[in-house]
Amino acid sequence: MENGPNTNTDEYLRIYAQMARIRTFEDNANQLYLSAKMPGLTHMYSGQEAVAVGICEALRTTDKVTSTHRGHGHCVAKGANFKEMFCELLGKEEGYCRGKGGSMHIADQSNGNLGANAIVGGSMGIATGAAFSAKLLGTDDVTVCFFGDGATAQGLLYEVMNMAALWKLPVIYACENNGYSEYTKTAEIAAGSITARAEAFGIEAHTVDGQDVLAVNALSERLVARARRGEGPFFIELMTYRYHGHHVGDINREYYRTKDEEKHWRDDRDPITLFARHLMSEGIATAEDLDAIRAGIKDEASAAVAYALAAKYPDVSEVDMHVYAA
Amino acid sequence: MREITLSQAVNEALAEEMRRDPTVFIIGEDVAEAGTPFKVLSGLVEEFGTHRVVDTPIAEPGFTGIAVGAAMTGTRPVVDLMFGDFLFLIMDQLCNQAAKTHYMSGGKLNVPLVLRTNLGATRRSAAQHSQSLHALVAHIPGLKVALPSSAYEAKGLMKTAIRDNNPVVIFEDKLMYQEKAPVPEGEFLIPFGVANVLREGHDITLIGTSSMVQVCAKAADILAKDGISAEVIDPRTIVPLDEAALVKSAKKTSRVIVVDEGHQSFGVTSEIASRINEKAFYHLDAPALRMGAMDVPVPFSPALEDITVPTPEGVAEAARKLVRGEMIHAA
Repeated sequence: MENGPNTNTDEYLRIYAQMARIRTFEDNANQLYLSAKMPGLTHMYSGQEAVAVGICEALRTTDKVTSTHRGHGHCVAKGANFKEMFCELLGKEEGYCRGKGGSMHIADQSNGNLGANAIVGGSMGIATGAAFSAKLLGTDDVTVCFFGDGATAQGLLYEVMNMAALWKLPVIYACENNGYSEYTKTAEIAAGSITARAEAFGIEAHTVDGQDVLAVNALSERLVARARRGEGPFFIELMTYRYHGHHVGDINREYYRTKDEEKHWRDDRDPITLFARHLMSEGIATAEDLDAIRAGIKDEASAAVAYALAAKYPDVSEVDMHVYAA
Repeated sequence: MREITLSQAVNEALAEEMRRDPTVFIIGEDVAEAGTPFKVLSGLVEEFGTHRVVDTPIAEPGFTGIAVGAAMTGTRPVVDLMFGDFLFLIMDQLCNQAAKTHYMSGGKLNVPLVLRTNLGATRRSAAQHSQSLHALVAHIPGLKVALPSSAYEAKGLMKTAIRDNNPVVIFEDKLMYQEKAPVPEGEFLIPFGVANVLREGHDITLIGTSSMVQVCAKAADILAKDGISAEVIDPRTIVPLDEAALVKSAKKTSRVIVVDEGHQSFGVTSEIASRINEKAFYHLDAPALRMGAMDVPVPFSPALEDITVPTPEGVAEAARKLVRGEMIHAA
């Protein structure tokens, strides 16, 4: 593991807890789906936790992120609460979006999360625009645009990277390469190199092990600081893996990837296990310390799920509320 | 009162709002030194600089998306979409992102964005530079749609659009850019959702939008010579729509023709005529009639293009038949 700038024990433990929070959130969301308590579908972030946490730990609250259909991880990592998130997943009034967005549209502007997006690549313009605002208004906020390898096939990315490079916008394009574009291996549909595409616009691009949270965080700290000074934009390709299918209903997936491959990532490349090992080998935490952190998070999640299940739906009078802003 | 062109009126509205509010900026193709192909924005970059009058690459989805994100984070972009026909290029950013963000976020995020574009045929520009696509965006909840019909309207509606906290699409009539109209000096706003009765009458109501307001006014002149008194109404915005004013006039005159330059089928004329038929049925002597553009791609040849859009003579003829109680079919 690379040693990042976060050398403080509390910060290490916070990084561990944030990754565990995402995993626990997703395990509960999956159970809500499997037990038919959640309307619709959801897309699990499990396996990719080091990406969201490594990056968001380098951001301030006022920094912005845009997220994706696989967005619970970004939302938690940027500071959201379980209670409002589970309420949103279940379409309840106390959800972040009063139940109007659901899993694929959670936005938490109080923490700078401009929203998940159900259009693959749909938020690349929004992220670049948030960076444009920061520059026009003279704030030094940075925006991180999360998207998957599948979204690199969308033309919008290349239009906005061109403008971001021309105008030196404080935006970081974070490509979470989990290897799959929905139900297809990305290697089968992506020509050439993904980072070379950013480099063609003169954008400095990096590839990093997305399962190594300290490596992700160290790189992010450097690039965020530089973007804040006006040296952006930047592009990061984070090599990672999604444990579940494209969505929770994608159960039989051997036609596009093997169980052996999945087992390899879960057993040997899990970002939370790898980081736990690091914390223990460095004497930063004991197994018991980490067990206690995870147990506390599980209790918090169980309480939030119970709260959300019992919470009320929005009143039907809300159906045409928020179509237009006052 | 002084007279200025529609182009000057839009320019004035933008300049006044940019002086008043430093978060307003313009973004689009050839908006800075070129001042757009129609020269509507001439002089603005000299006053406000290239950081607020932002030339972009030819990348409509990209700069529209950037404007959506900018609008969500504390600025008020005015997107310049060179031709209304390019709306098809930006549908995801406008209709999936801008229009839905406020609703999907439960009211937490706003998108105070203005999209300036245009409509109108008969410039011999053929099918990809002549469409009137306002019905397309009016169909999407979350968007407002303004259709200025003169220099005065263009200035007042633009200023209101910029101050609105929602995405607003403003369609200017390309043929009207150089047309002059009386526009008072100084500040004024025209509220959305308030129709303008240009001319009162009692035999028939002619509802026209944008370029078709003048067509209706000319038709009313023709009809006056025949002793037919036509009321002419401009809804100004189709979202929100001043349905009450239109229905009230329909009840008064008992006959209505709706004239709009968009394609007739599934269009603005259909929507307005339908609402009048539903809400004023027992007061009507005939069903409200639709007169839109023909359901064909706009042809290049002048011989063909000119017959695709409603004319004053065509509207007057249809009105005469309605008043006489003859069964007629839409042009």
